[in-house]
Amino acid sequence: MSVTAIRETGHLPDLSRVPLVDEVGVEERSARFQTRSIKKESKVEALRMVLSMIDLTTLEGQDTPGKVQQLCQKAIHLHDAMPGLPHVAAVCVYPTMVGVAKKALGKNNIKVASVATAFPSGMAPRQIKLEETRIAVDEGADEIDMVISRGAFLQGDYGFVFDEIAAIREACGDAHLKVILETGELGTLDRVRRASVLAMHAGADFIKTSTGKIQPAATLPVTLVMLQAIRDYFYETGRMVGMKPAGGISSAKLAIHYLVMLRETLGAAWMTPAWYRFGASSLANDVLMQLRKQATGIYQSADYFSKD
Amino acid sequence: MSTDPSKLAFNAGWQYAPAPESTDHVTIDEQYDLFIGGEFSPPGEGRYFETINPATEERLSSVALAGEADVDRAVKAARKAYAGPWSKMKAAERGKYIFRIARILQERAREFSVVESLDGGKPIRESRDIDIPLAAAHFFYYAGWADKLEYAFPGRRPHSLGVAGQVIPWNFPLLMAAWKIAPALACGNTVVLKPAETTPLTALKLAEVIQEADLPPGVVNIITGAGDTGAAIVNHPDVDKIAFTGSTEVGRIIQRSLAGTGKKYTLELGGKAANIIFADAAIDQAVEGIVNGIFFNQGHVCCAGSRLLVQESVADEVITKLKDRMETLIVGDPLDKNTDIGAINSAEQLDTIRSYLSIGREEGAEMYQSSCEVPDTGYWCRPTIFTGVSQSNRIVQEEIFGPVLAIQTFRTLEEGLTKANNTPYGLSGGVWTDKGAKIFKMTQNIRAGVIWANTFNKFDPTSPFGGYKESGVGREGGLHGLDAYLRLES
Amino acid sequence: MAGSTSRVPVEKTYKIYIDGKFPRTESGRFFPLEDSDGEVIANICRGSRKDFRNSVVAARKAFPGWSSASAYLRGQIIYRIAEMLEGRREQFIAELHLQGLSKRRAKKEVDATIDRLIYYAGWSDKYQQVFSAVNPVSSSHFNFSVMEATGVVSVLAPNESSLLGLVSNIVPAIVGGNTCVVLASEEMPLCAVSFAEVLHAADVPGGVVNILTGYREELTGQFASHMDVNAIIYCDSDTDVAKEIEISAADNIKRVVNRTNTDWAQEKSQNPYLIKETQETKTTWHPIGS
Repeated sequence: MSVTAIRETGHLPDLSRVPLVDEVGVEERSARFQTRSIKKESKVEALRMVLSMIDLTTLEGQDTPGKVQQLCQKAIHLHDAMPGLPHVAAVCVYPTMVGVAKKALGKNNIKVASVATAFPSGMAPRQIKLEETRIAVDEGADEIDMVISRGAFLQGDYGFVFDEIAAIREACGDAHLKVILETGELGTLDRVRRASVLAMHAGADFIKTSTGKIQPAATLPVTLVMLQAIRDYFYETGRMVGMKPAGGISSAKLAIHYLVMLRETLGAAWMTPAWYRFGASSLANDVLMQLRKQATGIYQSADYFSKD
Repeated sequence: MSTDPSKLAFNAGWQYAPAPESTDHVTIDEQYDLFIGGEFSPPGEGRYFETINPATEERLSSVALAGEADVDRAVKAARKAYAGPWSKMKAAERGKYIFRIARILQERAREFSVVESLDGGKPIRESRDIDIPLAAAHFFYYAGWADKLEYAFPGRRPHSLGVAGQVIPWNFPLLMAAWKIAPALACGNTVVLKPAETTPLTALKLAEVIQEADLPPGVVNIITGAGDTGAAIVNHPDVDKIAFTGSTEVGRIIQRSLAGTGKKYTLELGGKAANIIFADAAIDQAVEGIVNGIFFNQGHVCCAGSRLLVQESVADEVITKLKDRMETLIVGDPLDKNTDIGAINSAEQLDTIRSYLSIGREEGAEMYQSSCEVPDTGYWCRPTIFTGVSQSNRIVQEEIFGPVLAIQTFRTLEEGLTKANNTPYGLSGGVWTDKGAKIFKMTQNIRAGVIWANTFNKFDPTSPFGGYKESGVGREGGLHGLDAYLRLES
Repeated sequence: MAGSTSRVPVEKTYKIYIDGKFPRTESGRFFPLEDSDGEVIANICRGSRKDFRNSVVAARKAFPGWSSASAYLRGQIIYRIAEMLEGRREQFIAELHLQGLSKRRAKKEVDATIDRLIYYAGWSDKYQQVFSAVNPVSSSHFNFSVMEATGVVSVLAPNESSLLGLVSNIVPAIVGGNTCVVLASEEMPLCAVSFAEVLHAADVPGGVVNILTGYREELTGQFASHMDVNAIIYCDSDTDVAKEIEISAADNIKRVVNRTNTDWAQEKSQNPYLIKETQETKTTWHPIGS
């Protein structure tokens, strides 16, 4: 599968043709993934995969260069007591911290993702969003996590949302674009599905559930609906789009269930950091504790794992 | 990864390691006798038959073969218990015994799940999450009815019938026992129950539970055997009511043999349900409903959605998605917690299914099976769909009772309805559309006893179940299920 | 019957009732109905298996319309039957008397029949509420059970209660949306034919009720075995016949309703449970979500 995807920012799709979603059916299917029992070597493999897919995130008003540097240190040295661990996929920061992160990560092949477009609300004029995106890219961001204009979307102004994503996509240049739908503000799974289709047609490389600032953030049902949208888009266009559930995934067990869902919805091709990410801050340590437990057979304490 | 880049690949990369449920906490006796009058006693003729694990073909245990004299002994015990303690007991006290059964089943749920999967081949996920909890819930539901029966039938005075003879199938062994025993006891009857010959173990374990619950001896008698034993129960002159779940063929024989006897009866028989998908349905959930409709319990389900009727404009999309979904179904060890489709219940049933697969192909239908591996020993059938079929195909008309789906298309609502109803059966039906008015149009016009709209294969103790036409007579479950075990006087 | 007047009275031809029409039996056969003195009262159609077959076709054709008619409409039509019968009270009393009932008993039976129609007319839009249920299932689904008509019902009307018994078996079936094919009392068939005329006058749609006259022995097997009949009601207490009926009924798993030993004159012989006997319980599930 070619990774240099066709960045067709064609035109606004006919959203009335987007498949409908039945909430109860989605919940039942999601619950079914959680009955999968992942043990032994497949658990270890899954845990390592989860680590490699994490976008280690700090998005606080109180962020400082020091905090970001510590986070990058953690990204590089997840747990040196256990050699051979994969590193996380990226660190995710505000645009003003991109330069700091870039420098701190050095040549470690960990990407820098930057939120942009007046994250988390998205309430800013378009030229400001575009300018913010360009700044982040100029600072060295490999990936841009934008938010959609939920107000416009809920108003039914799909053209506005589409054009905005397409414009940001252009402003990204070579950086990958993740489009945050902020599903917790969309209200229904039908809207989640429509927003997913809209974002993909507008050129998103990834679609992402949440900013982490709104509850509910990522859930299994929301993620399933987005994965199914990705699958249908793939069938329709041949282009793979990545998925990033973000917010609220803090346990290794839950993360594995997300992987089960991914495996049984999109299959093997998506099961790499190139196509799937977890937006999370505390997940990594739980995964590390589980890996340690798998290796030693002894349940772990958080005191032995660095919190950065 | 798939060689075709435009296809999704489900069998590459990360795989699930085996996750077998432990059998440590389960004991299966070397041999089981007949449970009559509160005790286990050997069969008169001293004959036993083997019950095997259909996933390994290994013997699990030997169970007694009840002859006519044993049936008579069981009926006498039931009659004595009826005339003695049971019909004289205060209804509320009767209810408390039934509550006890529910509670003990909940306590022993894990053990029952394992035994159910060992003996019948169904995936542990289903016996653990569906069969056993539902069986316990059924007892809990009907226990509460015991002292409230007069509220169920306005203007009538309900009376128990006496001795109920109950013959149940192998597809939901414990659950069917619960469906039969719970309402019978709640209504004040005593019971002689025969589990299916390939799946007797959980019913015998239930006998242990009944002992543990300290029910008066003879209130529930559980005797094992094959068709002859069942016939002896049906034809016993001192049985007041017959409840049977099984094939329409046997149901017909039972209805005939009961002619002129005045015995009350309920029959839960075969089905060939249509699952109807409209273009305006939530397609991904509909696909899930198709899978649940036909691959649940290896398709050994009388209400299975074994005929898929899909509106032409979405047929390709639905079939493509269905095939993808089928690739993710795991067929294999019933005790593995990740197994979706377990073993076919018996060699005989596997033969039946295979013969229909041949018939389908000979009739010119196109067969597609998922690519999963199946074990070498045991009885297995990959999830199977047939396309290019019409109403005249035998695989569309006849109940296969396996993981085999016949897919047809339709253009208009009327055509869909006509095809759905063009069958002698009428047990269940499914309809998938987002349009409310259309749901009611369809649910009102499908001639079947249970209609699942935008869902499929859901069961609940409070929900009446049973068929129209050749799918049976009477209802089980819910308030309506009481009727079968009562005589109503004005 | 001619009195002292010079006018020759016009005598009625008793025909059968199929699909809203009054044909003679296709077989062309008849049997003479005699009074207690052996005098021929009328020639009665000796309905054939083909008449029965045609009746089932008519009943099946009428079923979708009648079963989906509103309960209010069905109630009004049944009430209308009572109105029409009230208007022809004297005719029915005379016919019953002619067939051997005392005037007093005949009058009582006709009055009871009219009242029975009124009783069931009132049930048309109520039995559903009494027998339906919303079932509190544990999952996120709305689940309800309603009554639906079983389909085509064959009715072997009681021999001894030729009007009240006939109506007491037809009306619970049709008030619940079934259509039916009825075999009238063999010994006293007159009122059944006249009742068909009342049904016709009351705008009961053609095919909803089909009434045949003829020999029990000849037709019982047909009524019990026909594969497009969903339920059979019988009232004869002969156990051999009952057994034969139940054996044939099993061909297509018919619902068998045994109403032997019923005193139709008693008030307890009318109740909504008779409606329920030709109803199916249909349970519908639907998710509750968005």
